[in-house]
Amino acid sequence: MKEKAKILDQEGVNRAIMRIAHEIIEKNKGGAGLCIVGIRNRGVYIAQRIAACIKQIEGIEVATGALDITLYRDDLALATGQPLVRKTEIDFDINDQNLVLVDDVLYTGRTIRAALDALIDFGRPKSIQLAVLVDRGHRELPIRADFVGKNIPTSKKETVEVRLKESDGSDEVLIAEKE
Amino acid sequence: MLWNKKDLLGLEYLTPEEITLILDTAESFKEVSTREIKKVPALRGKTAVNLFYEPSTRTRVSFEVAAKRLSADVINIATETSSVRKGETLIDTGKNIQALKADIIIMRHNYSGAANILARALDISVVNAGDGWHEHPTQALLDMFTLKEKLGRIQGLNVAIVGDIAHSRVARSNIWGLTKLGAHVTLCAPQMLLPPGIEMTGAKTSTNIDEVLQSVDAVNVLRMQFERDEFTAFPSQLEYFKKFGITEERLSRAKKDIIVMHPGPINRGIEMSSGVADGVNSVILDQVTNGIAVRMAVLFLVSQAKEGKR
Repeated sequence: MKEKAKILDQEGVNRAIMRIAHEIIEKNKGGAGLCIVGIRNRGVYIAQRIAACIKQIEGIEVATGALDITLYRDDLALATGQPLVRKTEIDFDINDQNLVLVDDVLYTGRTIRAALDALIDFGRPKSIQLAVLVDRGHRELPIRADFVGKNIPTSKKETVEVRLKESDGSDEVLIAEKE
Repeated sequence: MLWNKKDLLGLEYLTPEEITLILDTAESFKEVSTREIKKVPALRGKTAVNLFYEPSTRTRVSFEVAAKRLSADVINIATETSSVRKGETLIDTGKNIQALKADIIIMRHNYSGAANILARALDISVVNAGDGWHEHPTQALLDMFTLKEKLGRIQGLNVAIVGDIAHSRVARSNIWGLTKLGAHVTLCAPQMLLPPGIEMTGAKTSTNIDEVLQSVDAVNVLRMQFERDEFTAFPSQLEYFKKFGITEERLSRAKKDIIVMHPGPINRGIEMSSGVADGVNSVILDQVTNGIAVRMAVLFLVSQAKEGKR
């Protein structure tokens, strides 16, 4: 993997997350009836940071959960390596909530499709909105994000790497090219 | 860590890492059974066949529930009412099930090694649900899962297995699994039910339950199979209860937070008193709940491995 460009540094990541938090509050007219669910792994950390920002802005705690979509993947039956099944932790009722689904990178949309299927098994939210730190294009399904940290036009040969303090030690977004 | 075995035949054949992977995967699956919709689509379109040559309710139902929560289709074959009665061999039965394009056979058999034979003859997955006196891997895995859940670890734990060690596949699988993950196992039974040479597995033996109970973190109490009356060397039920039965009085001298396990069904008043079975130290019903998560993990992993290979 060859590193090509740094798209966001630590301040950039923080600003993007803070702006997403503001937009979520604006769109939902406050934080009431709101919950946030992050897709494992990095989506969970971004979800927690958005919740922290909302607390800073509005002074309310928003319920935050973690979703593992492995069991809902559409390529589970294909021979594409072996995914590790991790824990889903949604300890609150999502019925009639405005649920914000959070992931780090939006690409083909297949992860989001799987996540929507998984969420519906937990209940019937009033709405599901999608927040991503990076939208890199190349959708294969009719899915779009409601809140985007950064739009990054990419080629399919490139990969977008999101690094977060919680999992990788630093905050940055890079574009790399497969060699 | 990847899983690359199409079958689960026994814990003897697994590495500590593979056992840990099953337990970790089971931890993720446990949550599924707490949802309002207790089902995930992971094994959608797969067929699991329960092939039981011995009567069993709890293991069969547990596997069936596990397979259904993964969205697999489940077919139950009880051999008393099948062509086995007409003299069909095990391998022929297996090949017929394979020809039906089933994906997994879950088998209980009264002969030790039957699952190994079937697995070698077939391309599809075979999961051992108990073979003779040999192994009952998913029972040992759910026992270990419960231990880990209650005590936080397996490494370094002192675990006693009490009862008919000689005829118990549950004991054998537990010995393999626990010693591989670094627990210390003590087998406690009347001398006639301790098979000679069992110490070679790394387990200690004792015939004094009171002594054993003083030092262990958990006690796994096996069912006394008095219905197998071919074993004339069995003690009388009352004598057994007096000398080895787990009672509140005996537990009062054990560690305060000792875990009491039993694979079920319990003979109340023989292996343990009712007070112990229903008491604060008992995790017997947790074992039943955890059995589903463990079996979901096993069914998921063996079907994934198979996909990877072909």
